[in-house]
Amino acid sequence: MDKIKLDAWVGIFVAIGIISLLGLAMKVGNLTSNDIRETYMVTANFENIGGLKPRAPVKGAGVVVGRVNSIIFDTEAYHAVVSIDIDKRYVFPKDTFANIYTAGLLGEQYIGLEAGGDEKNLQQGDRITQTQDAVVLEKLISQFLYSKASEEE
Amino acid sequence: MKNLLNFFENIGNAFSSRALRLGAATRLFFLILVYSADSFKRIHLTIREIYFTGVMSLIIIIVSAFFVGMVLGLQGYYTLQKYGSSEAIGVLVALALVRELGPVVTALLFAGRAGTAITAEIGLMKATEQLSAMEMMAVSPIARIIAPRFWAGVITMPILASIFSMVGVLGGYVVAVPVIGVDEGAFWSQMQANVDFRFDIVNGVIKSVVFGIACTIIALFEGFDAPPTAEGVSRATTRTVVTSSLAILALDFVLTSFMISG
Repeated sequence: MDKIKLDAWVGIFVAIGIISLLGLAMKVGNLTSNDIRETYMVTANFENIGGLKPRAPVKGAGVVVGRVNSIIFDTEAYHAVVSIDIDKRYVFPKDTFANIYTAGLLGEQYIGLEAGGDEKNLQQGDRITQTQDAVVLEKLISQFLYSKASEEE
Repeated sequence: MKNLLNFFENIGNAFSSRALRLGAATRLFFLILVYSADSFKRIHLTIREIYFTGVMSLIIIIVSAFFVGMVLGLQGYYTLQKYGSSEAIGVLVALALVRELGPVVTALLFAGRAGTAITAEIGLMKATEQLSAMEMMAVSPIARIIAPRFWAGVITMPILASIFSMVGVLGGYVVAVPVIGVDEGAFWSQMQANVDFRFDIVNGVIKSVVFGIACTIIALFEGFDAPPTAEGVSRATTRTVVTSSLAILALDFVLTSFMISG
């Protein structure tokens, strides 16, 4: 086979490969859908984070505005310190409320941010003071059982 | 006593001969790296090999990827609809293909389709003393024959694996959306929400590059090491398929455990 035709076939082959990889990145993967490039980090303390994991979404009114960066356990105060990266495009007031919610009944857990009314906005390194812990299903069930038992007495 | 001694002698012999082969294969790998610069001066040799290993494998890769994707779609739907979450079928098909099936099945097909051809070709070249003739003419057979085939395999494998994953996802789409009737928007959006570019797609590409190196080195070494007889070449070809398949599956486990922990 002559050389030019060979080169053409190999060129087509490589082009198909690159198109497939781009297709995987754009259509299958999340390269386009959540390109959070510039972020600022805030922290929040929780008594119980339930099943929250790093890279879990952070949502404001249901829209993904950031991701959980890291979760560490504070050995002095015995609570969890969650670092959150929030997209620079979104600003939240200083008295924003952070809750841990569950998507669906058994789905993954995420942090929901509810804006407060403060004039000043959260800055890099700030701490969200008002938090609500994850709902632990066992606690809920035992509370329900106790209240049932006390009703019957 | 004599029997016992024989027994240990056999174990020792089996071990040392395998270690010797592993050492020779590693030596071949380093020789290829050393002679790569020479072979890149004649880039058309590598392009020719990309044509034979890559372009000629396209049909088998595309057809099998399409069927694998369709089967994943059917089987996934059967189980997922019991839990009322048939929209998650896109995630299932995409993650299975991008993380595991794409690189692994491509490498297995590659070992069967291209690896055997490489072994047989080089084994036959050795049997007909073409390699010795080259050395006589002061042409290094490693720079001229082995290295271009190695680089062709390493370049081809990730490309084929990407094509496999993409075509497989399309196969899953064909079964899920037009045939079964899963909502198209949910199919793609759930997929995009759950497939991560860095952790899923890039790791799949890394896997396929490693498989490419392993497969081609095994095929080249078996050909280079084959006894110069018809029987020797046929045995070497068989060994290429067996060793490559085992190496791919074992490496897949090692790579996956590193990627998941890291």
